[in-house]
Amino acid sequence: MLDDFLVRAGLAGFGLSLATGPLGAFVVWRRMAYFGDATAHAAILGVALALATDLPVGLGTLAVALLMAVTVATLAARGWAMDTTLGVLAHSALAFGLVAISFVHGVRTDLSAWLFGDILAVTRGDLAQIWGGAALVAALLIWRWSALLTATLNEDLAHASGLNPDRERLVLVLALAVVVAVALKVVGALLIAAMLIIPAAAARGIARSPESMAALAVGIGAVAAIGGLGLSMWQDTPAGPSIIACAAVVFALSAIVGPLRRR
Amino acid sequence: MSRLPDRGRGMSLIAADHACVRFAGTEVLHDISLRVEPAEIVTIVGPNGSGKSTLLRALLGITPLAAGRVSRRPGLRIGYVPQRLQIDRTLPMTARRFLSLPRRHAPAASAAALARVGVPEVADRQMADLSGGQFQRVLLARALLTEPDLLILDEPTQGLDQPGEAAFYRLIDEVRHDTGCAVLMVSHDLHVVMSASDRVICLNGHICCEGTPQVVSHAPEYRAMFGLGTQGALALYRHEHDHDHTHDHGHDHSHYRGHGPARPRGADTRGHGHA
Repeated sequence: MLDDFLVRAGLAGFGLSLATGPLGAFVVWRRMAYFGDATAHAAILGVALALATDLPVGLGTLAVALLMAVTVATLAARGWAMDTTLGVLAHSALAFGLVAISFVHGVRTDLSAWLFGDILAVTRGDLAQIWGGAALVAALLIWRWSALLTATLNEDLAHASGLNPDRERLVLVLALAVVVAVALKVVGALLIAAMLIIPAAAARGIARSPESMAALAVGIGAVAAIGGLGLSMWQDTPAGPSIIACAAVVFALSAIVGPLRRR
Repeated sequence: MSRLPDRGRGMSLIAADHACVRFAGTEVLHDISLRVEPAEIVTIVGPNGSGKSTLLRALLGITPLAAGRVSRRPGLRIGYVPQRLQIDRTLPMTARRFLSLPRRHAPAASAAALARVGVPEVADRQMADLSGGQFQRVLLARALLTEPDLLILDEPTQGLDQPGEAAFYRLIDEVRHDTGCAVLMVSHDLHVVMSASDRVICLNGHICCEGTPQVVSHAPEYRAMFGLGTQGALALYRHEHDHDHTHDHGHDHSHYRGHGPARPRGADTRGHGHA
């Protein structure tokens, strides 16, 4: 079954959405959209460094994404103006990454694979990495769920309940770095943040509880992945952007249907 | 009780000893010593920026101390109601679900807590759709579910109208009587606070004066800070002539000058009567 590239692609998309669903919900609740962008864009720099030093690409992106996420979280804790800081970091990470990658021989031609993903070329090894990473993130978020939710609601409230909001933020930062590393192959650096935000935002229109929002985001992510692959096969469109386009259509539908349902 | 003062100190639910808090080198709280005993209602009043919320946060262990210490009775359970809690519209959350954060409570216990604070009907409503009064009551219900020995409330009636405010303070008093928990709260609603508290602490970076509402409302420091023309006017006016406050006048009052709209006539120059 895994011999069929389409099956592998579908499984990759579904696996990824197991992690992007719940993590995306937190990204939406905590208004970390730009944060996700900065971390994802840093992945390109990670690719360049990994290729230049002959390290596995997954390791390079994980390391650089983690470094970026920790940097941003540290700056945020020190009270930097986050909108500007993230804008600077997100775009310079991308620019430096693109410059660095131009020095690596032979990569220039398939740069778009790193930017927009190459889900149709997912190997069994990639699939293991994606499912491993996604399972790790999902388990981490389920384990810390209540604490994360309390800290998201109000840090003082979390503190007074004996939780440490800084630790919970670190959990999200770690999860984000892992998701960036495994999502790079599927939707590419430019669209990872979209994969986090759009399904979760679409789920918001119909969800009544935080848990149902996260679960719906997983479902919408999976549907978008399968739909995007179908579109890609049918019209020969690029797979990554097709997946995000499908998610956006679901978001639009939920934005229309959600308010009607609530009446 | 014939306990030594030091032993008595261990009996308090929570105590601050010479606590100081600095933000970026500026001292916002100076030499704060206070304690809360079981089952009493203590209210901290003070103008904006006087460090009221910071003091609560220091007592809760959220804000680190630059000097001094805060001690809690071992095993003390605190129920906390934060000042302003804005639940982002993107976060769907029913009142029932909110009560179980971070620890799950049985549905029956949650329902009982909502009924106790007078909003049994909101369990399945979204938090973002509740009115200000309902919201504050749900926050209180959440704090009560931990069966606290001490309730800490930071301006719990902010955004409520006057009847709502009065009803909320009545509720706090009832809860105190029912559960025997102590209450430490911050407020700027002077006259309501005065009637609802056993003890008032007047704060402006340091503790200006403290005591029963009667004593504090007579204190020149308190009058200088809030004046007689503010909300407290009616409650205070009739006491204007029986000024019987004892107070050490060693510290500097000059920074209050001009704050109160109507400083009591010659308050810092005339001799104070002694009780």
